[in-house]
Amino acid sequence: MFASENILEITYLIATALFVLSLKWLSSPVTARRGVWAGEIGMLLAIAGTLLHKGIVDYRWIAIGLVLGTIIGVPLGRVAMTAVPQRTALSHAFGALCVTLVGTAEFYIRAPHVPQFMMGVLSLEVILGALTFTGSLMAAGKLQEVLPQRPITYKGQNLVNLGLLAIAIGIGVALVLHPDKTFLFPFMVGIPLAFGVMMIIPIGGADMPTVISLLNSYAGLSAAAMGFVLGSKLLIVAGALDGASGFILSVNMSKAMNRSFTNVLFGAFGQEQVTAAGAKETRPVRSASPEEAAGILAAASKVVIVPGYGMAVAQAQHKVRELYDALTKRGVDVKFGIHPVAGRMPGHMNVLLAEADIPYDKLLEMDDINGDFPQTDVALIIGANDVTNPAAREDQSSPIYGMPILDVDKARTVMVIKRSMGAGFAGIENPLYYMDRTLMLFGDAKAFVGSIVRELSGGHG
Amino acid sequence: MQLDLVTSLYVFLLAAFIGFEVIRRVSPLLHTPLMSLTNALDAIAVVGAIILAGEGKGNLAKILGTIAIIAATSNIVGGFMITDRMLKMFKASGPRKP
Repeated sequence: MFASENILEITYLIATALFVLSLKWLSSPVTARRGVWAGEIGMLLAIAGTLLHKGIVDYRWIAIGLVLGTIIGVPLGRVAMTAVPQRTALSHAFGALCVTLVGTAEFYIRAPHVPQFMMGVLSLEVILGALTFTGSLMAAGKLQEVLPQRPITYKGQNLVNLGLLAIAIGIGVALVLHPDKTFLFPFMVGIPLAFGVMMIIPIGGADMPTVISLLNSYAGLSAAAMGFVLGSKLLIVAGALDGASGFILSVNMSKAMNRSFTNVLFGAFGQEQVTAAGAKETRPVRSASPEEAAGILAAASKVVIVPGYGMAVAQAQHKVRELYDALTKRGVDVKFGIHPVAGRMPGHMNVLLAEADIPYDKLLEMDDINGDFPQTDVALIIGANDVTNPAAREDQSSPIYGMPILDVDKARTVMVIKRSMGAGFAGIENPLYYMDRTLMLFGDAKAFVGSIVRELSGGHG
Repeated sequence: MQLDLVTSLYVFLLAAFIGFEVIRRVSPLLHTPLMSLTNALDAIAVVGAIILAGEGKGNLAKILGTIAIIAATSNIVGGFMITDRMLKMFKASGPRKP
């Protein structure tokens, strides 16, 4: 009996080591797949060890749960790459749901005799889990466009939200002091559930990378809290790793949007920025046809393509790959400049371009590519706007002033593929479009890139 | 088995430090797979749900535990699958024709 307990602990220890290795191997694309295998083996060991745990008397429900979970999980593992942001948000919701339900059951099993320390972490687990559950569902709904994407704001929104959170924490404290007041528990679950919804209501699409990262961190922390409650070191470690990962990504994203981290923590994402948009530009813009664009690209020796969410929306990544091939064949050096918040989640653009078979060593981060722009013949912007806005560097009155951007305006020629002259997501005028060196290519990203490719391959050479 | 507060905090603190150091080294190139992988690993919470559903501690534990197993298992299966699918796509320019 004692021996089997030890074997289980050793199994968990090995799984813990494999989890850490799994993330370590993810540091490079060369070893990354090994990381997935390490994670899978660790997971299998831990689950198998747990199933042999002597305390389990009834396997029927476990089997049903594992089978149903697999049936739901397989299609979620096969979604299209463009749907990865909403899938990720949904998986945060599932993780948080698991944690919240286990926490709830643990409370009712133990109540009314819950030790203070355990009640404290249990409250943390349930509050974080519940708000992450509904918050992630909302985020997934917005990303899937079943919910309106426009941020909804009202007066005193932050006050209402912080008030809700404060009440939930207050109930948690009350339960720590008086764990026999079990009638309070449903409120400690229900209020954070409502808070999760309220938290995401003011969030717009451009803030999604930060929000998803933050929810990722919350999901991890709630799992770690569950580990405290259950006394499982393995779960504490996995939760801490996930929490740390989400935290690092949130800090990265908020830096890339020039938001302070406290600003992000309090969910003040989608503030109304439109008002500060400044005087309307009246200067003319120059536009060009696919033929002209193809001619300039073919004559270039160095081209940097800057993709944004618009490329994902237009599903243009495969056409972009054809463009990459056509230009590379002509000896043009083509690279991609990726802004950290391009797209709807961290790394979104990289995944889409990798799916289109563009080699990853051509995908450069902002800091690595920015020095190249002065020597670049053509910067081609596909569906990105605010991350290329030079006002962020120069115009102190601009709402995005201080946000790090891709210095595309330093290239010899700038081409922007855009549907129309409408302002970007944040409603901010982009002076880039009015520069003498800028050519606007009006049209759908996929169709326009397609026409350029036709010109390049149909023409001479 | 019950851990005391101090031991739990030690484990959490050390794991968080390791997490920071290891994850800081993950290239931004792979931040999307990073998120899906940590999400799958996080679903190790399934072990808690399994014990809950199988311990025979009443119907509430059984029902909530089973739903929790479903949620976590779908994350494990879906999370590992999509992470591997994404990572398979990342190729260096070496083998491609020039």
